[in-house]
Formats: sequence, structure tokens, C-alpha cells
Amino acid sequence: MELDEIEKQVLKTVAGIDGIPEGAYNFRVNGKSISRSSSENIDVKIRPDKKGLEIFISGKTRNEAVHIPVIISKTGLKEVVYNDFYIEDGADVTIVAGCGIYNCGAKKSVHNGVHTFHVGNNCKVKYIEKHYGMGAGAGKILNPKTEVFVKDDSSVELELEQIKGVDSTERITTVELGARSDVIVHEKTFSEGRQTVNSEINVSVNGDDSRVDIVSRAVARDKSKQKFSSNIIGNSKCRGHSECDAILMDEAQVLAVPSLDARNLDAELIHEAAIGKIAGEQIEKLMTLGLYEEQAVAQIINGFLA
Amino acid sequence: MLAIKNIECKLGPEKKTILSDVSIDFSAGEFVAITGENGSGKSTLAKIIMGLIKPTSGKIFLGEKDITDLSISERAQLGVVYAFQTPVRFKGVTVASLLQVAATGEDVLDGKFDGKNAKFLEQVGLDPKEYLTREVNASLSGGELKRIEIASVFARASSAKILIFDEPEAGIDMWSLDNLLDSLKELKKTYRESTIIVISHNAKILEMADRTIVLSHGRVKD
Repeated sequence: MELDEIEKQVLKTVAGIDGIPEGAYNFRVNGKSISRSSSENIDVKIRPDKKGLEIFISGKTRNEAVHIPVIISKTGLKEVVYNDFYIEDGADVTIVAGCGIYNCGAKKSVHNGVHTFHVGNNCKVKYIEKHYGMGAGAGKILNPKTEVFVKDDSSVELELEQIKGVDSTERITTVELGARSDVIVHEKTFSEGRQTVNSEINVSVNGDDSRVDIVSRAVARDKSKQKFSSNIIGNSKCRGHSECDAILMDEAQVLAVPSLDARNLDAELIHEAAIGKIAGEQIEKLMTLGLYEEQAVAQIINGFLA
Repeated sequence: MLAIKNIECKLGPEKKTILSDVSIDFSAGEFVAITGENGSGKSTLAKIIMGLIKPTSGKIFLGEKDITDLSISERAQLGVVYAFQTPVRFKGVTVASLLQVAATGEDVLDGKFDGKNAKFLEQVGLDPKEYLTREVNASLSGGELKRIEIASVFARASSAKILIFDEPEAGIDMWSLDNLLDSLKELKKTYRESTIIVISHNAKILEMADRTIVLSHGRVKD
């Protein structure tokens, strides 16, 4: 598998790897699967019906990761990719996705990733998805759609991050939760220039004694716009918490629309939202420690989205 | 070491006089307490030395260097260190990164932390294992924040020429005043060339000082 230097940089940023990782993986570069491998417990297959993968994760999987990064370095490439994950009862797996677009051309580059997770009973699943854009081209557009169906006694963690450089994104995350299961969704988004972010997270808790925790952190600079909508539906005896924190800078706009929908007397749902600029005294404190103003702002933003 | 000359400070829309013709010389290695009634201008004076407030007129010299027009950052880099009376809370900065910035004077965007800095938390009676990864935000009590603030000053002490504490005794909770006094004594003993300036009402701190300056209605009281 040959990657140029820019592609390697993008790969490192979105997937945290320098080259071919250990274990199961699929590398998708400029619309094609260029390298793929399965492991004893994780079977990675090209799906027969449309673009994308079918990934079967055995119940014997323990502390194993599968990497499926996507890199687009060709201007004007537009694709929709469907990846389905079938995670057997008892599996413990980390799935590292992520997409990076390098676009220096005049045409828009678009990646729409539709990921569907079928999580069995007693599973532990961590999904990490990072998005990143580079280059001064016309448009770097990433629209992820993530659907997660969780059975009973399982634990799912979703880490969704838009690092920088993505001109437009429509993010839709949907989770259906069974009994005695929990899901944590951590989303971080950064926007600048005239970039737009529209994120919607919907979690339906259908089984008793399940928990959901949604935490969104956003930084919007310049004239960028972000909208964050979260919706927790409590159909059972459950606990739910949704939190949206945003740092607003320059002439940016952030709209938070948290929604709680309790449909069971024993559903306990909470939401919090806080949007504001970086307080002057926060910058001053870091300046008293020796940082210049720009460094202090960068330190706060970096930590906020860490 | 530090000289403030004829400082006058007027603040607010009505240009209310907070300080008037204040001149003080601070020697290297001196422990100076500044006291006075509420509203006498003590904290304003401390902030003027750090650069947090600009004086209306007057000059400030660090050694031979005129630092009156220098920024907060530039003064910090020259060795002026300041502990806020009311510690700042902010999401996005962990205790570890705050101490790392304090110890190095550089940003820590890569999240790397020098384990040696954990000792500054121990100096203020906090367990590093419990506190290093926490954010300096509302999840911490006022007393915990105060101790972390003091720890951040200890982290800068080795490169400091002037150490300013604005009412360090305020809100120190379960961590006793005696521990704070011991820490100040230790600072004085370890950094013999540094000047320590403490704004305080506390009798024990005033007793510790080599010299006490009393401010009244914005002027140094004779």
C-alpha cells in the first residue's frame, strides 16, 4: 500500500496510525478499498450490494481494534459508503474510523459515511471517528450518519470529533438502547471561517435500567455556524443526561437545541447547555503564567476539545 | 529589586481615585505585607504590579528596567508571579496543564506533563492522583481552587523575582492557615533573592513579614 506524504499525515490525524496497523483493517483511499485484512476474530468483507464493508466481530474478541480510515486526496470525488458492523454477544472491541479530505482543487470533495452497528448482549464497544480537512480547495464536506442498535447488558462509547478544516457537515447519530445497557456519546466540533456544522444526536432508551450520557463540546470562530440538537427519549425506567458546552468567538453562531422526551414515569432525564465567550480573566490567568494572549486562547480551546 | 514611583490610579466611568501618589521600594529577598482597610487599594496595587490594571500615571521598575508599559505576559516572563485572590475557573484547562504551563511558561498543546510538577500539588496538601486530570472548573470547591492557584505560583517560584499573593488566606478551607504560613516561610527560605509581596489582613502573615505597609484611602500611611 503506497501513500504519499500528505495522505500519511491525514491518516495519522484521523486514525492515529503511521501505516498498516496490527489486526483487522480496511484502507479506503480516493473511493477504493486499497488494502484490507481480517483477523482471527474480526472479518472485514467488501459488501456485495453497495459501496462499503460488512464487518463481523466475533464474541471471542477481547481488547482488539479494527481500523477503517478513509482518505480523499482527489478533488471533486463524491461518495456514499455504507459500513455495517455485526458485533456478537460478549465482544470487546474498539473501532477506529475517521475520514480526512485533502482538497486543493476547484471541485467539492464529499464523503457521506453511513455506519450501522448491531451490538449484541454483554458487549463492550468503543467507536472513534475523527474528521479532518486540509487544503485550500473548494469544499471539504463530510456527512456521517451513525446508527447504533444495542441489545441488553452492553456498553457503548462513541467518540465523534471534527478536528478542523471541514467546510460543511451534517452529522446524524441515532442510538436504540436495550435493557441494562449504557451509551456515552462524546462529540467535539471545531469550526472557523464560514464553515457550518449541523449535528443531531437521538437516543431512544427502550429497556429498563439503562443510561445515556451525551456530552457535546463546540468551538466556533470567525463567521462559522454550529447547530447541536440532542434528543433523549426515555421509554423505560432509565437515566439520561445531555450537556452542550460551546465557546463562541468573533462573529460565530452556536445554537443548542436539547430535547428530553420522557415516556415512562421512572425515566430521569437532565439536560444542560452553556454557550459563551472565553472570559477575559481566563486569558489573563494564563498570561500571568507567561503565555502570550494568542497562546492562552489556543491553550483553552485545545484543552476544551481534548 | 522592584520600585513603584508615584502611582496614581483612577477607575470606572467616574474616574474614581483608587491610588494616589504611591511610591514603594521593595528589596531583593524581602517579605513585605501590604495591609489596610477594605477599599484602600491593596489589590489594585498588586494588579498594577502584575500588569492586570494600567495605572493612570506613575512608573514601575524591575531592577533598572521600566516595566510600566509591558504586558502581563512580558512581566511574567521577566519573573513577576501573581496569585489571584479569587481563582479563575475555566473549562478546558486541567490542573496538570495549568501546572505545566506555570512551570515552563509555555503552552502544552500536546498534553504532555512533567511528573515532577505533581509535587506542587502535594505542597498545598492535594493528592496529585486525584486532582491532576481534573479541570479547573466549577466541579472544584472554592478552597480546592485556592490551593491550586497557590500551587501554580509555587510552580513558577524557581524563576520568580517577585512573588505576589493577593489575600492567600481567603478561602483556604480545610487546609489550615498554618500550612499556608509554612509554605510561605519555605518559599522565603528557598528563594532568598526573590521578593515576596503578600496582600493580607491576617495577623500571623503580618507578623511573618520583614516589613508591613499600610494603605489607607489609596495612599501609603506613614
